[in-house]
Amino acid sequence: MTAPDLLPLAVAVPLLGAALFAAVGRLLPRRACDVLVTVWALADVVLLAALWRAANRGPFASWVGGWRPRNGESVGIVLVGDPLGVGLALLVSLLVLAAVVYAWRYFAEPPTRSPGTFPALVLLFEAGMCGFALTGDLFNAFVFFELMGAVAYALTGYRVEDPRPLQGALTFGVVNSLAAYCSLMGIALLYARTGELGMAQIGRHLAAHRTDTLTVTAFVLVLTGLLTKAAMVPFHLWLPDAHAVAPTPVCMLLSGVMVELGVYGAARVYWTVFAGPGGIPAGAVRGVLVAAGVLTALLGALMCWQQRHIKRMLAFSTISHVGLFLVGTALLDAHGAAATALYVLGHAGAKAALFGLTGVLLDQYGSVDEHGLYGRARELRWSAGVMFALGGLAVAGLPPFGAGLGKALSEHAAGDFLGWLPAVFVVTSAVTGGAVLRTAARVFAGAGAVPHDSHQAETRGDDEEPEVRDPGRPVPRPMLAVPAALLAACLASGVLPGLTAGLARAGTLFTSRADYFAAAGQGPPTAFPPLSAPSLAGWTGEGALLGLVSTLVALALAATALWGPLLGGRGARRLRDLAATGSHRLVLPLRRLHSGRLGDNVAWLATGVGVLLVVFTALR
Amino acid sequence: MSGLFGLVPHLVAGWILLVGMYGLVTSRNLVHAVGCLAVAQSATYVLLLSVGFRRGGTAPVFSDASPHSVVVDPVVQALTLTDIVVGATVTALLLALVMQLHKRHATVDPDRLNSLRG
Repeated sequence: MTAPDLLPLAVAVPLLGAALFAAVGRLLPRRACDVLVTVWALADVVLLAALWRAANRGPFASWVGGWRPRNGESVGIVLVGDPLGVGLALLVSLLVLAAVVYAWRYFAEPPTRSPGTFPALVLLFEAGMCGFALTGDLFNAFVFFELMGAVAYALTGYRVEDPRPLQGALTFGVVNSLAAYCSLMGIALLYARTGELGMAQIGRHLAAHRTDTLTVTAFVLVLTGLLTKAAMVPFHLWLPDAHAVAPTPVCMLLSGVMVELGVYGAARVYWTVFAGPGGIPAGAVRGVLVAAGVLTALLGALMCWQQRHIKRMLAFSTISHVGLFLVGTALLDAHGAAATALYVLGHAGAKAALFGLTGVLLDQYGSVDEHGLYGRARELRWSAGVMFALGGLAVAGLPPFGAGLGKALSEHAAGDFLGWLPAVFVVTSAVTGGAVLRTAARVFAGAGAVPHDSHQAETRGDDEEPEVRDPGRPVPRPMLAVPAALLAACLASGVLPGLTAGLARAGTLFTSRADYFAAAGQGPPTAFPPLSAPSLAGWTGEGALLGLVSTLVALALAATALWGPLLGGRGARRLRDLAATGSHRLVLPLRRLHSGRLGDNVAWLATGVGVLLVVFTALR
Repeated sequence: MSGLFGLVPHLVAGWILLVGMYGLVTSRNLVHAVGCLAVAQSATYVLLLSVGFRRGGTAPVFSDASPHSVVVDPVVQALTLTDIVVGATVTALLLALVMQLHKRHATVDPDRLNSLRG
């Protein structure tokens, strides 16, 4: 069997697993279910690792069912295995493995009669995400997009006894589906123009037309669905509501990789469909998406700092990092793509670990409220506490964590485009990392002043239903082992020298239309870049220094939040008053915008589409 | 189809999408909101089918017609079918969530669900 033959298995194996668990899950005892789903997830990891090795030699395609193109015309569906897409699918499978191991003892009693429901949904989710990462067909991408979406709604509302997960899942579902329908309208317009559905085919046929209103409308509509998944401002409002309430293993997948898949999809669609003649000028895409990314990063960081609900804080931190990923990808060069890929990898490890540790808090104390948990988790400080703080340092970009290296390389690439962009990376990492460190110090060490309750409209975390109703039992071992392994992976991704070289080549292939077209049978064969192509720099003095700076700023911010209220003296009091006024004038209106109302979400979605339409029409 | 008349299906599809969105924004009942989502989705059916329309074309079934007769594009019909399946799944799932929410929260008014904000 060759690699192209194995490619559909990356989707088929988890699908079969989901069907198996749905069918026989109720007959199996819980322990057998856990073991079986772990073995299954492990098999996916092995398969995708083998595919990744193959894809690194050069991208390849698989025509599903043998429906190959004849004379350049095709009606079949193509899966394309390029290093970045397969690498992302590999990341999906690794996180799924982590999530199912983490969930081993997590749902002590499954809420349904069948213990197979959760594994079945998770494997279905994996199939949707892997399919989305691998497909080279636009309509097929929509189907996988909706598959992963629908499963994600179900998983978010998995705990059907609580009102909050239901509300979060409902908003998530309505907003993402509406955005996906916008994407489908865009796909229909592209089909009307070119008569093709394959991304490479559409891209090739668009060259025969000039860029007109139809092209721009199709581009914006297709991007709407993808960027809603990627939680770009103003499409981001669903994300904190969904991530705050989803079960912890699901949060690990949502924040770790599903949101990032939106950025990947947008970049993939741009490069293969719209990057050529008859598409959208690169300057417009770069300008608009970098600006939107910066806005997303800063807004996410600001909102992240304000949260006391720990999962919600982590959700806003994800928004802000996705903003940085968007900036890195929207630079539209190989360097930016490769650096972002590494950043996504490192971020996935750190963020999934942080969500896992938050799950430990919920398991032990039945609360994820930073204020309510003040000093209560002292007995966990040498296990979960240290890891939580390390996760915060990784988010802040401390060398040699993989998130730090990804940040260093992305900000270097961004600095070549606009000199001040690295400052955005530093500020965002510092604020989000600082919020995590502040939480760690308060919850696990009882450091600083006792936080006082403000009477603002905000989401508290102390009335969360515990996901496990078994007080007094020790922390299940997988719930600490999995975050430790994830943090170790985050560290490893920053120091493995072969990884940056591989990703540099993956970035070059990702941004090369000719190579993708050749793999998808839409262009002449190309000589893929040699394996010894110039690599990414790895750690440089400048990158390490900026990483240290953002870590120090994060520590300083956390310290100010903790011990600032204790300082006496007129100067300190005046500064506190100033901060209070600033937060009242600036932050409160922003927080009110995050009303959690379904109608507001949809209104912002429509506004965003309108703005993008106007801007891209003006810049085309 | 050509000229201005060819634009009409596109405009109708856009109008249906906007109507659905308007309904979602102003909805005071979550069952109604899920219905509005389905309305917004029907815009995609209209657009897909109009894209594949051929003047004088018949259904793309060749069992009793000559293979050279003019038919409408079968690809978009397959896409529409897939789209309907996707829509049915999503609608059913969301309605189930709404029913569960009504059981637990005793309301289907989105404005009274305000535990997630800020």
